[in-house]
Amino acid sequence: MMHEPETIFRKSSLGLVDHAARGLGFFSLALGAAELAFPGAISRALGLKNQDGLLRAYGLREIASGLGALQPNPAPAVWSRVAGDALDLAMLAQGLSADNDKRVAAKTALAAVAAITVVDVVVGAMLSQQAARKEPPRDYSDRSGFPKGFAAAHGAAAGYRGPDFMRVPREGGGAPAQTGGPL
Amino acid sequence: MKALVWHGPQDIRCDTVPDPQIEDGRDAIIKVTSCAICGSDLHLFHNFIPFMKPGDIVGHETMGEVVEVGGDNKNLKVGDRIVVPFTIFCGECEQCVRGNYSACERTNRNRAFADKLLGHAGSGAFGYSALTGAYPGGQAEYLRVPFADRTHIKVPDSLSDEQLLFLSDILPTGWQAAVQCDIEPTDTVAVWGCGPVGQMAIRSAILLGAEQVVAIDRFPERLSMAAAAGALTINYAEEKVIERLNELTGGKGPEKCIDAVGMEAHSGMLPAHLIDRAKQALMLETDRPHALREMIYACKPGGVLSVPGVYGGVSDMIPLGMLMNKGLTVRTGQTNVCRWTDDLLRMIEEGLIDPSFVITHTRPLEAGPEMYRTFQRKQDSCIKVVLKPEHMSQTRH
Repeated sequence: MMHEPETIFRKSSLGLVDHAARGLGFFSLALGAAELAFPGAISRALGLKNQDGLLRAYGLREIASGLGALQPNPAPAVWSRVAGDALDLAMLAQGLSADNDKRVAAKTALAAVAAITVVDVVVGAMLSQQAARKEPPRDYSDRSGFPKGFAAAHGAAAGYRGPDFMRVPREGGGAPAQTGGPL
Repeated sequence: MKALVWHGPQDIRCDTVPDPQIEDGRDAIIKVTSCAICGSDLHLFHNFIPFMKPGDIVGHETMGEVVEVGGDNKNLKVGDRIVVPFTIFCGECEQCVRGNYSACERTNRNRAFADKLLGHAGSGAFGYSALTGAYPGGQAEYLRVPFADRTHIKVPDSLSDEQLLFLSDILPTGWQAAVQCDIEPTDTVAVWGCGPVGQMAIRSAILLGAEQVVAIDRFPERLSMAAAAGALTINYAEEKVIERLNELTGGKGPEKCIDAVGMEAHSGMLPAHLIDRAKQALMLETDRPHALREMIYACKPGGVLSVPGVYGGVSDMIPLGMLMNKGLTVRTGQTNVCRWTDDLLRMIEEGLIDPSFVITHTRPLEAGPEMYRTFQRKQDSCIKVVLKPEHMSQTRH
């Protein structure tokens, strides 16, 4: 029977903000795929004219951000989403013109992007804070690992040799010295 | 028992899991007294070696006390104190009798699967995915050691866990990296990466008598630890590595180069690094081999490149023309731990080296998930984490 592990401490190495970054990553991938696959439908729905090429480019950008947000350090990708949000907002602002009969849809999309921008900024800031090296680096210059000091350690195993196949040619082209050593 | 369990990318938790049981006559069960997080555990944490399954116990640097022994195991008895080498070996196959324990032909129980991926599989290993046999790892209260009649290092009571634990992996790994350089007294040995394996490689190169050892990293705390052993240091975030290496070697380059970085190298914003990042994200390559590329460029013709750093699969833009035309020798491989441990244990006993210098954090096992994050982010000047199970459940079930 498969054993279902029981988490004792409920404390995963994956925190809430990491989950949020992943969610944004998957959202980016989905949105990017939609922008790549259906730019005409999206631009028609928003009343945007001649923007299919731009939407495809934005789709690629979203996919890149999405992949980045799923990497070990998602902070740069989430900040790239914030930059992308600014571009999206600029594009959607064109849809607010009085002659756009899909103005309500464009307004709704603009509000949604503005809201997600706030989420991106908050998550980006939390990720940056979380990943930061907060303390000054420690000085480990007292950790030689040589209890008897460097002079005793340097060359203490100098005659030690690995297997013959690890030997490299010596000066003069002679055969390598015989194997074996003081250890 | 409690154990650190992989649940998904960057998701390690401290869970209760069934206690291990003897499954074969050669087995032993140990009560873990100390275990450590290895740099290569981070490759699993990041899912760059994509063969983990949710529920897998991680960890391959472990030691403890034998509490149960299989019927055919005549080399161990209850109460023995052992360090467990991360590579599991039988001691009898063609590779083992040659000392190539990490290529043991019998211990990888997913051999057919691994053969397909790797051509020919290596040995089994603890807590390192289906690719190495899907054996439960040692970041746990107890560990089943398969082939334990051979897969162990008996250690004396006179030394502490902290002095002995790293016989399991990083000390012999750094040592093998240096030994396979075949160091001569006139050699400059350059070591890329000052994490735990890099630190051990630096000290090994000094013990083996290198004229000078150059340590390359970007974190000041790691460089300070390298300098403590007598290494010259290069902070690649502030200095040009190739220029400095040429300055230090009369323009000829280091004779011996060690890659203690592996598949997750950083190199700032170089175009090759950005391309590697993009390809890794798209799963078009598994590794970011910046250190290896730089080593090939930096090394003196006729020199040796030693690669203890872990690589997972395929890499692009390796300058093979440079490698070939300079006549470089490349030596690599998972560590044949027990080939070296008798000599290393003797050196520890004689006081020539004390590997405990590398420990920066000691925490209870339950803090493992948090310490994975601290180690991953290089926070709190973390270089090496040792975890101590508290054995709240004194009896096994």
